Amino acid sequence: MIQLSVNSLTKSFDSNRVLSNLSFQVNEGEFVSILGPSGSGKSTIFNLIGGMLLPDEGSITLGNVEISGKRGSISYMPQTPSLMPWRTTLQNVLLGQEIMGKADPETARKMLQKAGLGDYENAYPHELSGGMKQRTAFIRALLSPQPIILLDEPFSALDELTRLDMQKWLLDIWNEHKPTILFVTHNIEEAIYLSDRILILGSKPAKVVQEFKVTFGRPRMEEIFLDENFLECKRSIHYALKTH
Amino acid sequence: MTNVFRKGWRPAAVLLLLFILWELAVNFAEVPAWLLPPPTDIIQEAVMGWEGFRMHLQSTVLLSLWGFAIGTAIGLLTAVILHLLPFIRESIYPLLILSQNVPIIVLAPLLVVWFGFGVLPKLIVITLVCFFPITVAALDGFRQTPGELRHYMLMAGAGRGQLFWKLELPYSLPSLFSGLKISATYSVMGAVISEWLGAKAGIGVYMTLASSSFRTDRVFVAIFAIMLLSLLFFGGILLAERLLIKWKSRESGRK
Repeated sequence: MIQLSVNSLTKSFDSNRVLSNLSFQVNEGEFVSILGPSGSGKSTIFNLIGGMLLPDEGSITLGNVEISGKRGSISYMPQTPSLMPWRTTLQNVLLGQEIMGKADPETARKMLQKAGLGDYENAYPHELSGGMKQRTAFIRALLSPQPIILLDEPFSALDELTRLDMQKWLLDIWNEHKPTILFVTHNIEEAIYLSDRILILGSKPAKVVQEFKVTFGRPRMEEIFLDENFLECKRSIHYALKTH
Repeated sequence: MTNVFRKGWRPAAVLLLLFILWELAVNFAEVPAWLLPPPTDIIQEAVMGWEGFRMHLQSTVLLSLWGFAIGTAIGLLTAVILHLLPFIRESIYPLLILSQNVPIIVLAPLLVVWFGFGVLPKLIVITLVCFFPITVAALDGFRQTPGELRHYMLMAGAGRGQLFWKLELPYSLPSLFSGLKISATYSVMGAVISEWLGAKAGIGVYMTLASSSFRTDRVFVAIFAIMLLSLLFFGGILLAERLLIKWKSRESGRK
């Protein structure tokens, strides 16, 4: 079932056309990545879906409801953790729920336990490591009541080892809850490892130039990074990015 | 508490040294007491005259506390209104700065002419000197909320009210407390100035009486009382800050 549908979106800033006729769909329970070079208009796409900007043309529907210009329709995890420094981990993960209505500390506590943050429930953000902050930010997004989560290059600021850890952790959590996820990244391996489907974005103006189905089964192990098929997949995506 | 002693002994020692120098210089040069009394005289007067001084002190403390409370309330309210209603901010903010350029010494007698010798003109004086640092500090705090936090809140669907209560207000607290510290010390000065104009009791009254009768030792008692009082107020705000902003004090404590 189609969850999020972006239909022939066009957006310009002054005379600068950023998006042109952009269309894609995300199905319920699907993990879709948008892969594109920096400056290819990825944040503009997120701001449009998040309701921060209005498209010049085209529409965005969630379920069957038009959501362009409606903030709060999607759950969001930004590039930086963006935790409130005066809130403890528990209070921070409840923020998304608080904004939309009612907070449910019990579920949040259980989820923190499972995510390995149980001992840090009452810690303030400055007491957490970079990876722990990102986990907190992701759980906040997961607990928010909206049906789809947008992740905006969430691991790009982390070091390589922490990033691998976080990717594995994200897959574990995703396997358990199966939320619908739209993931933006510029890391090819990350996209293959995590997603069901990868949309390659061409830049200036951005549009989907190619689509890849990732055929690896789930749950996925780290070993697939060394798999022949993985490398083959990486190669074709690389070429697709190069030629557009 | 041990921290206070560890950090405080150096300035305390310098102060003590200054007092000793003062005492020696006055004795050596045989300066008459009505011109400059030695510290020992001042301490003696403070102890001996305590009974008479106490009610003045009490009155000033009460007046400063009330003035500070009202000034804080008005300062915060002004900041919130100016922040939430940009068109009011644009038209009022420059006038607020002007209000601080009116010399209190000139304004105070006028206030007495308008409102009499009661407590009202005194509270107005204190409020006038107190509210401005708070308004400026709070406004700065509100406006300096990081863009990334604001972006998250908006994407998550926060309304204007939620943006204020869940982001801007808590974020501005450290900045607000800087303003409160300034205002707390100003409030004592404001109280003393307003008492000069005419009051039944207060350090300001005590000071005027003392200087007109050449009791310089009493003037110094008053000066030290004002300093001590300001310091106490400042300490009170500092304590409140520690209790209220746990996330910040620990953070800076680490560095």
